[in-house]
Amino acid sequence: MINKFVENIELALDGVKSNMTCMFGGFGLSGIPENIIKELSNREVDGLTCISNNAGVDEFGLGLLLKRKQIKKMISSYVGENAEFERQMLSGELEVDLIPQGTLAERCRAGGAGIPAFYTPAGYGTEVAKDKEVRIFNGKPHILENSLVADFAFVKAWKGDTAGNLIYKGTARNFNPLMAMAGKITVAEVEELYPAGELDPNHIHTPGIFVQRIMQGENYEKRIEQRTTRKR
Amino acid sequence: MALDKNQIAKRIAKELEHNTYVNLGIGIPTLVANYIPEGIDIEFQSENGVLGMGPFPFDGEEDPDLINAGKQTITTLDGAVLFDSAISFAMIRGQHVQLTVLGAMEVSEKGDIANWKIPGKMVKGMGGAMDLVASAQNIIVAMMHTNRMGESKILNKCTLPITGINCVKKVVTNLAVLEITEDGFKLSERAPGVSVSEIIAATEANLIITGEVPEMII
Repeated sequence: MINKFVENIELALDGVKSNMTCMFGGFGLSGIPENIIKELSNREVDGLTCISNNAGVDEFGLGLLLKRKQIKKMISSYVGENAEFERQMLSGELEVDLIPQGTLAERCRAGGAGIPAFYTPAGYGTEVAKDKEVRIFNGKPHILENSLVADFAFVKAWKGDTAGNLIYKGTARNFNPLMAMAGKITVAEVEELYPAGELDPNHIHTPGIFVQRIMQGENYEKRIEQRTTRKR
Repeated sequence: MALDKNQIAKRIAKELEHNTYVNLGIGIPTLVANYIPEGIDIEFQSENGVLGMGPFPFDGEEDPDLINAGKQTITTLDGAVLFDSAISFAMIRGQHVQLTVLGAMEVSEKGDIANWKIPGKMVKGMGGAMDLVASAQNIIVAMMHTNRMGESKILNKCTLPITGINCVKKVVTNLAVLEITEDGFKLSERAPGVSVSEIIAATEANLIITGEVPEMII
C-alpha cells in the first residue's frame, strides 16, 4: 500500500504557489473541497487560474478566493449566482473562459487519461468554436477541443482510505473523479477517512493511483443554493 | 387566453413518449415533470449526474449532496443511478437521452437557439445547454412568445449569441405550438381563444399556415 495520508491541511497544500493552475471539484456548492478553499483564502497566493464548473457564491466556495482577488482566470461553464464575479468580469479584472459543461468534463477526463484533444459537436456554430479546427464525422461537424491538466486538483469525497481510494455521495460526485485524474498533484479531502482495507474495492469510484494526498476534512457546511421542497 | 407557464409545461408533457429518458432544463421545462400523462414511463436525467430524478424532498429532508442541474434539492426514485459529469455527458452526446426540453431567449426559423448570453448585460455561461442542443435527437423549446419588452422571440434569424444551430424541432409558447420545418416555422396549434392574426402580430418570423389551425388541447 502506498500511503497518501497527510496529517493536516498545511501538508496537504504544500507547494501551492501563486500563478498556478488549480482544478476544483463540485457542481454549484455540492461536492466542493470546502476546507481546502477556505485554507487557500487565508494564504498569500494569487494569480491563480481556476478550473471549476462554477465560481461559488459571494461568501462561500470559490467566491472566497474571488473576494480576495486571488484568481486571475476562471475556466467554467456557468458562473451565475455570484455578484462579485460578474463585477470583476465586466470590469476586466478577471479573465473568464466559458466552455460547455460536457466539454469541460471531457477535457478534464481526457487530460487525466493521456488524450491530448478530442472532437465534440458541442459548440459548433457558436462563439465557442472560434479559431478551433472543424472536422466532419458521419456528416456532422465537430470542433477540436484540447484536454486540461492542472498543477493541483482539489477534490472532495464522502469516504476515502489512506491509499487514496475515494467514494462519493449523491450528486456531489460530479466533476470530482475527472479532476482527480487531471491533477499533477491531486489533493482529496474526505468526510470519512478509513485505514486502507476498510473500504470494499468493489465500491471505489476514484482509484487511489490518481490521488497524491488525502486528508480528513472537518466542519462541513454543505450549503444549499436552492432549497426546494414540497408539502407533506 | 394565452397559456400560463404551467399550461405550457402541460402541453409539452403531451409530447412525452413511453419508456424514454428526458432532460429538462431550468424554468418552465422543470414544470413538465408535474404533468406526465398516465401510462407513460419516463426517467428524468439531470446533467450534474443523476438519472431517475424524483420530486422535491419534503420539508426537513433536503440533502445537500442531492441536487439537480438547477442546484435545487431533489430526491431519487427506485431504479435511480448517480454518476460523474463525463458519464452524464456521454449519455447526452451519445444520444442515449431521447428528449431535451429547454428554455430560450430566441429561436430562429432554422432551428437555431440562443439562451446563454446577452452581450454587455448578462453573462452566466452556457452550462450544459450547448452539449445538449448539439446532440439531442429531439429538442423542444418551452418559452414565452415575446420578451419583457413585448418583442418576438420567434425570429427569422437570432440576434443574440447562438447556443446551437439547426437543432430545435418544436417550440411551445404561451400563444402557439410551432414546428420547425425545412421551410421555416409552421404554426401547428394556437392557444385556446388566441387567433391566428394575434399570433402573426406577436411573431417576427414568417409563419407557414395551412388551413385551419386547431386550438391546443391542454
